Amino acid sequence: MSELNEENVRAEVRAWLEANWNPELGLVEWRNKLADSGWGVPTWPKQWYGRDLPQALQPVVDEEFARIGAIGVAKAGIRTLAAATILAHGTDLHKEKFLRRILTGEDTWCQLFSEPGSGSDVAGAVTRAEMRGNKWVVNGQKVWTTSAHHAHWGLLLARTDWDLTKHKGLSYFIIDMHQPGVKVQPLKQMNGHASFNQVFMTDAEVQPEFLVANVGDGWAVTTTTLMHERRGADGLRTWAMGSDRKGRIYEEERAEIATTMEPYKWYPQRAGRVDLILQRAKETGHLTDPVVRQEIAKLLTMSKAAEWTARRARAAQEQGRPQGPEGSLGKLVSSHVARAAARVHTQLSGADALLTGADSPMGGTIAEILVSVPATSIAGGTDEIQRNIISERVLKMPKEPSIDTTKPFRDVPRNTVG
Amino acid sequence: MKFSFSSEQEEFRSNLRRFLAERSPTKEVRRLMETDAGWERDAWRKLNAELGLTAVRIPEAYSGQGFGFGELGIVLEEAGRALLCAPLFSTAVLATGAILNAGTEAQKQALLPGIAAGDTIATLAWVEDPAHWDAAATAMTAKKSGKRYRLEGFKSYVIDGHTADLIVVLARRPGSKGENGLSLFTVAGNAEGLSRHALKTMDTTRKLARLEFKDVEATLLGTAGAAAVPFARTMTEAAICLANEMAGVADRLREDALAYAKMRMQFGRPIASFQSMKHKQADMLIDVELAKSAAYYAAAALDDGDDDVAAVASLAKAAASEACLQTAIHAIQIHGGIGFTWDNDTHLWFKRAKSSEVLLGDAHHHRELMMQRWAA
Repeated sequence: MSELNEENVRAEVRAWLEANWNPELGLVEWRNKLADSGWGVPTWPKQWYGRDLPQALQPVVDEEFARIGAIGVAKAGIRTLAAATILAHGTDLHKEKFLRRILTGEDTWCQLFSEPGSGSDVAGAVTRAEMRGNKWVVNGQKVWTTSAHHAHWGLLLARTDWDLTKHKGLSYFIIDMHQPGVKVQPLKQMNGHASFNQVFMTDAEVQPEFLVANVGDGWAVTTTTLMHERRGADGLRTWAMGSDRKGRIYEEERAEIATTMEPYKWYPQRAGRVDLILQRAKETGHLTDPVVRQEIAKLLTMSKAAEWTARRARAAQEQGRPQGPEGSLGKLVSSHVARAAARVHTQLSGADALLTGADSPMGGTIAEILVSVPATSIAGGTDEIQRNIISERVLKMPKEPSIDTTKPFRDVPRNTVG
Repeated sequence: MKFSFSSEQEEFRSNLRRFLAERSPTKEVRRLMETDAGWERDAWRKLNAELGLTAVRIPEAYSGQGFGFGELGIVLEEAGRALLCAPLFSTAVLATGAILNAGTEAQKQALLPGIAAGDTIATLAWVEDPAHWDAAATAMTAKKSGKRYRLEGFKSYVIDGHTADLIVVLARRPGSKGENGLSLFTVAGNAEGLSRHALKTMDTTRKLARLEFKDVEATLLGTAGAAAVPFARTMTEAAICLANEMAGVADRLREDALAYAKMRMQFGRPIASFQSMKHKQADMLIDVELAKSAAYYAAAALDDGDDDVAAVASLAKAAASEACLQTAIHAIQIHGGIGFTWDNDTHLWFKRAKSSEVLLGDAHHHRELMMQRWAA
């Protein structure tokens, strides 16, 4: 076995791709080859579809895939979080049963954490899981569940003990979404789209072997999933570009992207569309207004500095160095940028900002920006929670005294809903 | 574009930080800021000889170290963090930049080794009164007289202008307008007909002077009437260097306020445990890190010869102006009453933040410059 360096890895992956890549293969067929060879997820363990490559060599593999135009394993959506969680905490049975079909894209996953009564306070979940006979029986309601309407499996956080403290009474399960006890309903947002779902579980069943880690370990496992969610927040958009090349496998991939990305079609607007600002300023004749020029320049300054901060964090990571504080700021910065962009778009549109749809600028895009931006500072951890995380984890500031973590959970005041 | 410091650069930074913490403690800052000069020649020469601060970006051909703006940016950021009282910005950024950008080969050979060694203290005098920061507003005239020139007029807001050995001066051919007819000159600090007096500055760690020129003999630097381009380049470099210095000032303010909040007890707990403090500190971190990214990117853009560097320089200066001052305001607020006292050190960095905000043009000024390039 040759030494693990860039040159050898590049030669090896290139030779393998040249021998095996064929755009006329089926998507699943090809991804099964990737799983067997370990080149689909080379940083994963050898035993589980990987090659134990250090993270620093992943870009070499990516470059070789890009060079030949080869498609990778299925990466979008919650399935990558499921994979990371199962790799970290799952049993061999979980890995056997789930990992390969995650990589091939045959299975779709969803994340059942948030509830109507617990948003920022995820550990306040009140969905109940009880052992009845030889099965776990689940009752409760989850919300903001992306892809639940076509998911095969769900990552479920549920309360298994009400006499323990908040975090200790939680357990983590893998639940089969295709069963009579699970009902999925779309949730309409203020921008008119319905990208998420509500999931109602009524005597839904989970087999005992689909408990992840031990009873009472639910919070630790959830933390793993959430950590990967934050880390991967940017991956989705890059991946979603697809390819316009010809070949059966590319067509299958385009269809997969169309399905996976459907709920995210308004996401560019949610980020504020800074890319449209100069064009809009020109079209609306505001480019000569010194007040507007200042506002545009403020926005561009912030958005460029944000982009460069993300690049700085990535560069440090690629050099194998620990990230400085710049690595933890992206989420909060992006909501500052989105809000500032919405303000400038409003300024540029004047009275047209009163309209929506076909009557409004750019066929409704501007209106969609204005009513989608509020999601940025809420989804995936509110700005307030981000500030808590930054101050506590990066700046090492003390936590506020808590009143909900030391007594039995049944005695903790909570919402009457859910 | 390179976006991460090499391990050599990181080591350079940490050595410098340690060294400056030792040599420029606040006690020393307070002592020097009360002096008329604001710095001391022997101590500065010794420090500069050890660290090579003025030599960093001077090419090896002129007895410098031949590094780029990445390294000079590190020097300035650390000098800002330590609030080093020294003629660093004037000599290593302004005068060195003007000489490198405008001077002839022979002039570079003659002038730069003395600067690199720390023997020559130099500055650049371009702003007049009222200050417009740009070259086109220059009124001072230079009349040709044999091989030399005679300068007539005044300059103001000249950094270290009352103590510099060598002054690079921007002046125009009589009767010329705008960016035409501009030339750079060198004048000795003790030249006949030059009277200099220190201005009373709000930020006493950076001294400014007003210089009056009455028929002062001057040597042309570079080509007559062709200073507009090299001068603009020098201003781009200066804005980027100042943005890096401000990143150091802001980071120091942020860190000191954080340390204070962790220590200060009120209502039976450290004030750092209150969410209002934590959120403010998170926002401060964002301001400072974004300003750093812009400053680092801009320095890399200079080193890479990026065509867009003038716009990026203005972006970095605008970002730094806002971030540094906002951080200073928060820092005073977090300290509470003690932060408003003379004995507490926060005001020293607050005042540097304020002076840097305005120097070379404030955020509004630079945002407009940026728009002129990106949205003409």
